[in-house]
Parts: sequence; structure tokens; C-alpha cells
Amino acid sequence: MSLKGKGAVTGIGETDYMRASPKDAFELQIEASLKAIADAGLSPRDIDGIIPIGITGAPAEAFVTNFGIPDLRFSAITPLGGASGIAALQAAVAAISAGICNHVLIPSGRNVSSGARAGVRIHQMPQFHLVTEFEYPLGAISPAQLYAPMARRHMELYGTTSRQFAEVAIAMREHAILHGNAVMKKPITVEDHQNSRMITDPFRLLDCSLESDGGAALVVSAAERARDMRQPVVEILGVAEGHPDSPSSITQRPDITRLGIAKAAPKAFGMAGVTPEDIQVAEIYDCFTYIVICQLEDMGFCKKGEGGAFVEGGRLRLGGALPTNTHGGLLSQAHMLGMNHIVELVRQLRGQGGRTQVADARLGLATGYGDLGDGALTIMARA
Amino acid sequence: MAAKPEPHETELSRPYWDAARKGVLLIQKCANCGKLRHYPQLVCDRCHSLGVEWVEASGKGEVHSWTVAHHVFHPGFAGEVPYALVTVDLAEGVRALGRLEGMEAGALRLGFPVEAGFHVEENGTPVLRFRPAGTRRNDR
Ligand SMILES: [Zn+2]
Repeated sequence: MSLKGKGAVTGIGETDYMRASPKDAFELQIEASLKAIADAGLSPRDIDGIIPIGITGAPAEAFVTNFGIPDLRFSAITPLGGASGIAALQAAVAAISAGICNHVLIPSGRNVSSGARAGVRIHQMPQFHLVTEFEYPLGAISPAQLYAPMARRHMELYGTTSRQFAEVAIAMREHAILHGNAVMKKPITVEDHQNSRMITDPFRLLDCSLESDGGAALVVSAAERARDMRQPVVEILGVAEGHPDSPSSITQRPDITRLGIAKAAPKAFGMAGVTPEDIQVAEIYDCFTYIVICQLEDMGFCKKGEGGAFVEGGRLRLGGALPTNTHGGLLSQAHMLGMNHIVELVRQLRGQGGRTQVADARLGLATGYGDLGDGALTIMARA
Repeated sequence: MAAKPEPHETELSRPYWDAARKGVLLIQKCANCGKLRHYPQLVCDRCHSLGVEWVEASGKGEVHSWTVAHHVFHPGFAGEVPYALVTVDLAEGVRALGRLEGMEAGALRLGFPVEAGFHVEENGTPVLRFRPAGTRRNDR
């Protein structure tokens, strides 16, 4: 049985994104969830499935308690870091299609000052015990240092340049400013990027995503039920997750320029029955500029090694051939573990994209990337 | 100065760390099919045997990739930035991550020949280091 077209995102909700929110992570999760449920035209008591996202995600029980949910029929967690949100979509559609539940809430929210700082969490997580034992004591402390060698090898093998990384950062910033609900508000140029301080070569400050506070949430329902609900129907045509070779250690990975999404993409595109050329808007996980380039290659938008040239010439900007991260992404809107990418894709396909709306966008995709290379993507369409 | 993080050894990895403190780089070898593996793990991913032997690596290898830390990600390394971490294809067919010494990171390229050695820190942690091949100086 294929999951194609079985599920739809019927509700989306986001808080304001900022640095140093006065609200704690749970309050941000509740605020975004209530918005998403109201957006779907549902009552919180209609929720009968919950998949919390992120290490500061409150357990399903907390939502049951606060919302008075009478009969929670499905709960799960999807531990794929920034790919968790899309992996949760897959789990939600599978559960709904199997008749287990009707409306799955996928809540997320974080307050960096309360301890979920992305840059220091890896060594506390059991799935990274090899990195923690063998690499952390060398001074490999941050995800940036673990991912930078992937980018460096790509540059050495294919001639990819830091100025090409800048193209990604500039597009995200331009979209964040237009979008409005974004942490970063100042335009940047290639020179600004090149002059930003080196963090861990080849990543400069403007290659790195933000640390920010906020919440984002989704409601997933059966596609056939969505037709009678409040919003324009946005169907999930394809969804898949993929795990890289050597998932616990990038150092030991045979090909460090290939991410888990390379395994997921053929499944998701095959399920949806479309090709990369058909995609009109893309929300691509962008914890670092290079990761966008690598995913474009791994999904087949271009060949391995051609991603640097692919992002040149404004291709990712509004008006370009592949408008990408129309909300500004993790680089310039907020680091919401990619949940903001899914919210933005749905908004675009509903035609509710505001000042960053891609004209007549009917088919788009969102990706997630997490931990040491897990990947996921979903292809959605306006019904 | 802030303390550096120390490795938390396990039963599985103890032979590696015991040897490292003596300046020797050990790699796990499947006692059944002979496949070499690193980092230490419980089961051979080829034949699924739990049997383990340890072999001494030659220490010779070639640079697979690298990064140079300029930001102080941990206060224990504040006095060391910038420092380079090199991913090395060991001659035995597995990889290792180590700190670069004895050359400028700017001269690195893919395939650059290096050799391994351990430097034991004041806190007793053996830190794997790679130097240009032929310039080995063991700090044991
Ligand atoms: Zn074996």
C-alpha cells in the first residue's frame, strides 16, 4: 500500500520567532499547537494522535492533560534530529491510513536559554556515544565541526567555493526580510559573507544557522476528511526518511558527501510520481549553507559535485527557477528544527504565502536533515 | 583554565584506551571473518560474530578531509584555536579523526600522507595526532 495522497496537512501554527523569548519551551509548543488546531477548524479534544518533536518536546501526556484529550490512540517519537518533523509526517500518515487515529498533532517549540542549544547537545545524546568518546576529547565539540569536513571534501573534489555557499545565505536572508516573521532583518551581500568571521573552516558565521526561540506545529488528517475541513487541501503525495551509511560516525562513513536523504529521495519522488523538475517551491533544511547544496545533489536536482554551480545566479531566490526557503530557513528565519520549513510549504501551496508567495505554486517539497546525516523529504500538492 | 572533556571508556573500548596511553593505536578485528572495524563496536557488521581481536595499526594514512576550528566551542580549548581536525584514511582501511601537528593546515590536500602518534594530556587523556609522514615523534 502506498501512502500517496492518503494524508493532508490540515492545520499549521507558528509563534513569533525571536531571540530570548520570555516563554518557556512548553508554552511555545502549546501556543503553536493551539494555533495549528484552530487553523484546521478543530477542537483540541479532536486530536487523537501526537508525535512530539525535539529533545525539549513535551511528552504526549502533557498535551492530553492540558487539552483534555479523551482518547489518545496513537503516540510516537521520531528521533532524527532536524529530519524528525518529516519523519513524523510519515508516521502520522501511516497511522491515519491504517485507521488507528484521525488527527495527529506534531508539536515543536524551543527556548534556547532553557537548555536546548543545538550546538552543545550532541555529546549528551546516546546515539552519539562514539563521537562523544572518540572525537569530543580532541576538540570536536560542535555539529559545525563534524559537518565541516563534509563540506571541505566537497570543495576539494568538485571545486565548490565559499562564494557559492554565500549564494545560499543571501537567498535565505532576502526571503526572511520579505517574510516578516524572522529573526534576521538586515540584507547581506557576498562580501558580508566573505568578511564574516571563520567559525570552523570552511564555515563562516554566515554559513551557520541561528539559535532562536519559538514554536511550530502541524495537524495531519486523512486527505478525504480534509476536503470537509477549513483550509485549502494540501495533500502529502510523497514522504520518506533515509539514514546514512555509518549513521553514528561521519568519520567512518564511506562517502561523506552523501547524506541519508539520498536514500529517501527516490522513494518519495517515486511515491509522488513526480521528478525534481516538477517542483515549484522548495523548503530545504539549512543548518549550514553547504547542507542545502549537498541535499540538492542527493535529491537529483543536479549531479553530485554540481550543487555549487546550481545555486549560482539567484536560482534559489524568488523569481529564480527553484525558489527555496521562502521563509528564510534556519539561516535567517529561525532554527525550528525544520518544522518551520513544513509550515511554510503548506502556506505556499495554500496560496497564503504573503509577500514571499511563489506564483501559482501547486507542487513543492520540504526536507529535513538531522543528527549526523539522517534525512527526510516530503512532496506536497494543492489538491 | 577550564578542564577539557575526557573520554568515557567502556568495557568494549578499554583495550583501545589502554594501548593509546602507551602510544599504540589499536583497531578491532573480527575474530571470525577478520574484518577490521573502527570505532569499537560489539558486533561484526559483515558476519555478526561477537568475537573480537585487537591489532596494532601501522599509523600510516592519507588525509580524507579536515576542518580548522577558529571559534572556541569549549572553554578547555580556548588556548588552542585555531586548531585543525583531520579525518584520515588509515592504511588498514578504516578511518580515524585526529589533531593535526607539525604543519600548517593551509598546506593540507586530499591524500596528503600522514602518520599517527598519541600525545597524553595533563588530565591523562591520550589525544590522537597526525603529522606529515616521515616526521614521527612519539610523545609516549
Ligand atoms: Zn566478521
